[in-house]
Amino acid sequence: MATTTQEVSKHQIDQLIEEYGYDDHFHEHHHEGDKYQSGFIQKYIFSQDHKIIARQFLITGMIWGILGGLMSLIFRLQLGFPEGNMAWLKPLLGKWIIVNDGIGTLDPEFYYALVTIHGTVIVFFVLTAGLSGTFSNLLIPLQIGARDMASPFLNMLSYWFFFLASVVMFVSLFLSTGPFAGGWVAYPPLSALPEASSGSGAGMTLWLISLVLFVVSVLLGGINYITTVLNLRTKGMNMWRLPLTIWSFFITAIIGLLSFPVLAAGFFLLMFDRLLGTSFYLNEIFINGHALDRVGGSPILYQHLFWFLGHPEVYIIILPAMGLVSEVMSTHARKPIFGYKAMVYSIASIGFLSFLVWAHHMYVAGINPFIANFFIVFTLIIAVPSAVKVFNWITTIYGSSYRFNAASMFAVGFVSMFISGGLTGIFLGNAVLDIPLHDTYFVVAHFHVVMGVAAFFGMFAGIYHWFPKMFGRFMDETLGKLHFWGTLIGAYAVFIPMHYLGMAGVARRYYKFDNFDAFSHFAGINKFITIAAIITFVFQLIFVINFFYSIWKGRKMTSRNPWGSTTLEWTTPIHAGHGNWPGKLPAVQRWPYDYSKNGRDFIPQIEPQSDAEKDEFH
Amino acid sequence: MVTTIKNTEADSAARLFQAKRFALWIGIAGMMMVFTSLTSAYIVRKAAGNWLEFKLPDIFFYNALLAIASSVVLQASYAAFKREKFVLYKVLLALTLLMGVAFLLGQYSGWMQLVDMGIFLQGNPSGSFVFVLSGLHALHLLVGLTSLSVALFQALSLPDRLTERRKFRFELTLTFWHFLTFLWVYLMALWMYLA
Repeated sequence: MATTTQEVSKHQIDQLIEEYGYDDHFHEHHHEGDKYQSGFIQKYIFSQDHKIIARQFLITGMIWGILGGLMSLIFRLQLGFPEGNMAWLKPLLGKWIIVNDGIGTLDPEFYYALVTIHGTVIVFFVLTAGLSGTFSNLLIPLQIGARDMASPFLNMLSYWFFFLASVVMFVSLFLSTGPFAGGWVAYPPLSALPEASSGSGAGMTLWLISLVLFVVSVLLGGINYITTVLNLRTKGMNMWRLPLTIWSFFITAIIGLLSFPVLAAGFFLLMFDRLLGTSFYLNEIFINGHALDRVGGSPILYQHLFWFLGHPEVYIIILPAMGLVSEVMSTHARKPIFGYKAMVYSIASIGFLSFLVWAHHMYVAGINPFIANFFIVFTLIIAVPSAVKVFNWITTIYGSSYRFNAASMFAVGFVSMFISGGLTGIFLGNAVLDIPLHDTYFVVAHFHVVMGVAAFFGMFAGIYHWFPKMFGRFMDETLGKLHFWGTLIGAYAVFIPMHYLGMAGVARRYYKFDNFDAFSHFAGINKFITIAAIITFVFQLIFVINFFYSIWKGRKMTSRNPWGSTTLEWTTPIHAGHGNWPGKLPAVQRWPYDYSKNGRDFIPQIEPQSDAEKDEFH
Repeated sequence: MVTTIKNTEADSAARLFQAKRFALWIGIAGMMMVFTSLTSAYIVRKAAGNWLEFKLPDIFFYNALLAIASSVVLQASYAAFKREKFVLYKVLLALTLLMGVAFLLGQYSGWMQLVDMGIFLQGNPSGSFVFVLSGLHALHLLVGLTSLSVALFQALSLPDRLTERRKFRFELTLTFWHFLTFLWVYLMALWMYLA
């Protein structure tokens, strides 16, 4: 807590806003009762205030995170202890545990359902809605100096579509035929023919409905984010004065806007195949020995449409995390972010390149090797802007007196994970190496580290850092650090061995390996991974307890700007009402990274530049 | 350094209108992505062979003319509204709504003609794509018709007055309606190109 004499006091902040700010007469609109703040329902449930909506996204995302994590523990138990007795899970899982002679085993169909739903909810509900939904909502209006989103109403709808998607997905877990079990990518024919497997029936129907609702939510949110960033920046906030968080949310929203409709189109054709007997994706299929009359389609077509979203989706997940990490690092290093413009250009070029690499997910789907070359080249080029970002993060903390707290440690952890996972991406981007590795645990390890765990680290950094902004209290630091070390060590303990399994050829998606003698000596590693996963999950519970405890009982925030940040969100009152600033909107005078400048610890964005200063970018 | 700027309440409302107009364009970009991806799927699938060739019913083409005409009429209605010619504005608005409904009916008869020709939704994807693309357009048209109905209801129930807020709402409807016309012309061009 660098409360030095140089810190700009609360009084000075108000004075700066009053003197240079921008009067939009916002508070004159609501004479008799603010419609956003009156009554519990409008305030906390059908709220149109971006700060409340952010919390709704976060808490819903956390609930899914816990559920998704628990699912992974159940299938990890199966993989680590294939002969173990799972009868004790019968009260929870019911008929999906088959008990014979007192020994309970997990139904293989349900194993696949767990893997499928784990992937779906972590990718979409936790790391898309929970991450960019939370922080775009919280930070865009606050950091650009806006009263709220361009359309608070659409913003509210965005959350409630996500909520509906959640409800539908949750209901699908309780179907007697089970939830969808064909993998989170939902390839046809398993997804297109209700008779293909037990989860392909009602389970898949609900999965599709849920995801369509989710796409609507993402688009409504994204339209708002883009519009707000481009149209509602406060006076003086030009694009080169935006914090990197906003740049990353902005590019993320553009990527989402261009890629999620393609997924919707793919799902649209899938629904026709499922419900109306068309053959977009189906060709010469036999089920139970009978040929279907569905000819002329191509399952590869679905893969193209899916991965045209699917690859940008991984950047939709990771870019917001990168933005949060940049901001958290710079603040706690008390140094300007190194290479601000390079950071912006690399976010933008990652966004652009993300649309040119989708078929690297399809090297084993029989695409033309010549076309694969094209995708290899672009995939490897993504390493360039990614490396630029990594170097800039390292250079930002290099030589700084880095403040070690939960937020800043998770930011460093993010970079560690991103490097570890990124390196294996270079292996997999090459078709020649991907073909033998694609269906092994190497791929599972790669994407979990680079976009799963890394994105979680970015999210945790963001939560610990902006928790005071959200709730006016701090999370417990000791528990936070414990959470960090447990997660860092635990996640590496889970995923490093998986690389080894993959290189040894152990196939992913298998329910058990006892029919394959070649893999029998990996049983010990699988046990180790499972135990590490359980321990890592327990550390997440520490986080959840810390989170909810701190909402009500955490240490109270006493000053507005506890981290000594330059950005606008810390100039609002501790408990900001609707409209964020009680009087005028603050005007922005300088870029967001004036740390340790001219002998001062930091200079807030609202403070005018002296005559000798000009906007400079490092 | 910081010059004081005089802001009025109207300014900040105008800013919000501008933002929402922009939001509609972004939404349109998103919708366009759905059609773009279906177009690419369509072209790639056709190139793969086993493709049934057939001629589209003429009504598809007449509907394109009708769509263009309806856009012109709605634009005229908007112009009349801005010039405070309220009777003309309401008549033309109602006319656009009728033309939209006529388009939908024409579309229905076009689908029936396809079925009579033996082109079904099921079967060879060349037919399926026509139904899916035109059906998806029709779905968007329903949204357009709904907003036109709301606009007409307001035109008839509110006092005749030109306000910024009503002008803004009209502009959103107008933009979306032009988009629907553009979309149908685009689809016709695609079909003519692929034929």
